[in-house]
Amino acid sequence: MTEAAGRLNGKGMSGAALALHLMKLRTFIALFAVLVFFSLAAPNFLSTANLILMSKHVALNALLAIGMTFVIITGGIDLSVGSIVGLCGMVAGGLILNGIDLGFGYTVFFNVPEIILITLAVGVGIGIINGLLITRLNVAPFIATLGSLYVMRGLALLSSDGATFANLVGRPEYGTTGFATLGAGSILGLPLTIWILIAVALAAAYIAGRTPLGRHIFAVGGNERAAGLSGIRVNRVKMFVYMFSGFCAALVGLIISSQLMASHPATGETFELNAIAAAVLGGTSMSGGRGTIGGTIIGAFVIGILSDGLVMMGVSSFWQTVIKGIVIIAAVVVDQAQRKLQQRVVLRQMAGEG
Amino acid sequence: MSAGTEPSSVVLAIEGVTKVYPGTMALKGVDFLVHRGAVNVLVGENGAGKSTLMKIIAGVERPTEGRIVIEGEPVQFAGTDDAVRNGIGMVFQELNLFPNLSVAENVFASREITRGLRGIDHAEQERQTAILLRRLEHDIDPKTLVADLAIGQQQIVEIAKALAQDARILIMDEPTSALSAVEVEILFRVIAELKAQGVAIIYISHRLEELVRIGDYITVLRDGRITGHEKMGTIDVRWIVRQMIGSDAKDFARAESAVEEREVFRAEAISLPRRSGGYLVDHVSLDVRAGEILGIYGLMGAGRSELLDCLMGRHTHARGEIFIEGVRVAERDVTGRIERGLALIPEDRQREGLVQVLSIAANMTLASLKSFTRHIHIDARREREAVRHFIRDLAMKAPDPDREVSSMSGGNQQKVVIAKALMTGPKVLLMDEPSRGIDVGAKADVFRTMRRLAAEGLGIIFVTSDLDEVMALSDRIAVMSNGRLTGLFARADATEDKVVAASAAGHGIDRPQSSLESTQ
Repeated sequence: MTEAAGRLNGKGMSGAALALHLMKLRTFIALFAVLVFFSLAAPNFLSTANLILMSKHVALNALLAIGMTFVIITGGIDLSVGSIVGLCGMVAGGLILNGIDLGFGYTVFFNVPEIILITLAVGVGIGIINGLLITRLNVAPFIATLGSLYVMRGLALLSSDGATFANLVGRPEYGTTGFATLGAGSILGLPLTIWILIAVALAAAYIAGRTPLGRHIFAVGGNERAAGLSGIRVNRVKMFVYMFSGFCAALVGLIISSQLMASHPATGETFELNAIAAAVLGGTSMSGGRGTIGGTIIGAFVIGILSDGLVMMGVSSFWQTVIKGIVIIAAVVVDQAQRKLQQRVVLRQMAGEG
Repeated sequence: MSAGTEPSSVVLAIEGVTKVYPGTMALKGVDFLVHRGAVNVLVGENGAGKSTLMKIIAGVERPTEGRIVIEGEPVQFAGTDDAVRNGIGMVFQELNLFPNLSVAENVFASREITRGLRGIDHAEQERQTAILLRRLEHDIDPKTLVADLAIGQQQIVEIAKALAQDARILIMDEPTSALSAVEVEILFRVIAELKAQGVAIIYISHRLEELVRIGDYITVLRDGRITGHEKMGTIDVRWIVRQMIGSDAKDFARAESAVEEREVFRAEAISLPRRSGGYLVDHVSLDVRAGEILGIYGLMGAGRSELLDCLMGRHTHARGEIFIEGVRVAERDVTGRIERGLALIPEDRQREGLVQVLSIAANMTLASLKSFTRHIHIDARREREAVRHFIRDLAMKAPDPDREVSSMSGGNQQKVVIAKALMTGPKVLLMDEPSRGIDVGAKADVFRTMRRLAAEGLGIIFVTSDLDEVMALSDRIAVMSNGRLTGLFARADATEDKVVAASAAGHGIDRPQSSLESTQ
């Protein structure tokens, strides 16, 4: 390549590369934009108390979205997470209030750590059911998890006949006290909920970036056949992502029950949609193979801050829904533009080398 | 240009066409003449600009400079439909069919025959499609779903689709790459018939012998420039290769055979039942020694790819036993067999070999991550070292291994797939059409690599439908027909006649309805 052409090339590239960079950072920019906007528009928005409160709200959606991200990267979807939240809340509430009636005058009560483990196991178990339906019985993920959505919600309602398990303080003689710590406790001034989010997010990001399992998740979503031929046990990978998603949902169910000190069977309705929205906003491709945990968390924060900020400004919740939808669509439009630009930049780089 | 032809025979002329993509010049002042009633061959290595030139002719891309002249009239194509209106039809290399639609629906896609509000006239479409297919000597039911056809048959449907549009200029991009010898003969007859009807054919292929046989005019592209344009009678394969790559090329890396006594692989009575009864692979037994290259030749649908799939453990209902270094392999799934030292390089690179969204490096290490992993942690440094080693080893053009694998050329992508297989440390390498759709230079690299690996003691089984390739590369040649092993020849006794005869064994008048065959 001649020098002139090389220079021309370099110049053209830096412009495109800059635009590309900006687009890659779009979720960051969006986050920054909503932060700046609301700190100007809503009084008290930037107060520490408000920020922590918002983070607590966001954490719930972010946890679900982390699980959802893995599922979507494999090319699937998990619509059942909202129902798992509801059912797991009922499981925890029921175990604290009523224990398990063995039927001959005895009732078994578990202590709170045991209850937490059991509830998490229930979430993972529902993930196993989803996974088995998808891998063994070849049900499309959308349908399989749509079915679980109904079944689990129904079971949650059946567990109490639609009533709320209220006042989950537990009884000291059964060792069932202390459930409130999960939702209300804090370490170093940060709520436990946020620590849980940090722990889960770090673990998920590590899995995605540094373990064979993570690589396999991306490969399965990118090209399932090639993945299978490379010796990846595709079904196991899929089982894992649905189990992990169930685990995250159970965690959210526990946290919500603990925060409210009550379990309501309708908890978590439409949560799955918020989780999908956060993942998509964070750059996860619905066709599989692409996505990051960091992006998803930022996506969850954008959505969360948007709705909390709009509440503080007194915007009607009807408008909030409209705005949320527009933001999501805009994110995907920019995503497409970025991909196009990226291809062009790669082309140029190749030409520059060739 | 040295081909002195009377201008009236030129139906399409490309004059001084330059195409600039952002930062790269794909074509530099290209003049290309297409003659009526003739096969106009276009050759060049991958990346020489053939595809770009064809895209310009087909209206997919617009030239940056220069013009297109049809029958003396300059034309401008705003899109593919403009080109189609001007009588240009294209048979794409990567099949452009809808697998979920029927043959007839594909042939009439976007030009459906309708009857006003009563919708599509399926009967008429099917009738016309049947006529076209009969003209192509293929007895495919127009109602069959394209997904149920073998790749060779799909190619025929592509050609039928172009013919249905009354193309005067028909572009065929690698039309024979997936066809069996018999199907190629039929295609050539169809081409001859089209020629007689005055259709100009632009023919692109990597199979040079084929070009010499059917071409009337040949144009060679190298690095976006025309390096030669001749009447076919005056030149030979050597000349073509010289124009393509600038020097005489050694076709195949023919080295001394490295076969050892030690048996490295044995398969016993491998069979794969067909859904509709009978066998796709019918009790095939074979063995491979260390350092041996066993070539498997056969026609489309002979069961060659299916045999490799069985050996690799891709079919759970396959039967038979395999032994590696004399030890029975109990594992029946792909993962287990990779661990035992088998590796498959699949025929369909795009669909089965690569994960397009992942980087070059991630694709290379996908099957062997275990060897870079401590507990659950991937050691990024060791992974990168291995990647770099194989990039050098296989002479890949990959300046940045973190780039997406889709940014590479076909030949280099194939090397990525080979590297992926080699990184698992195989004892036996199964290669399904390892040279399909890659250019001469990359082909030679692949063959050289095969020879070298054999010399290092690997056993290699490779499948090909290219007779020259199987004759030149193999230490022994196994021939399959109708799922059965119909011949096994040592290199010394193998002749083309014997091999071809064996590949046709059992093919009577009643060829099995191949639309039922699964091609996976």
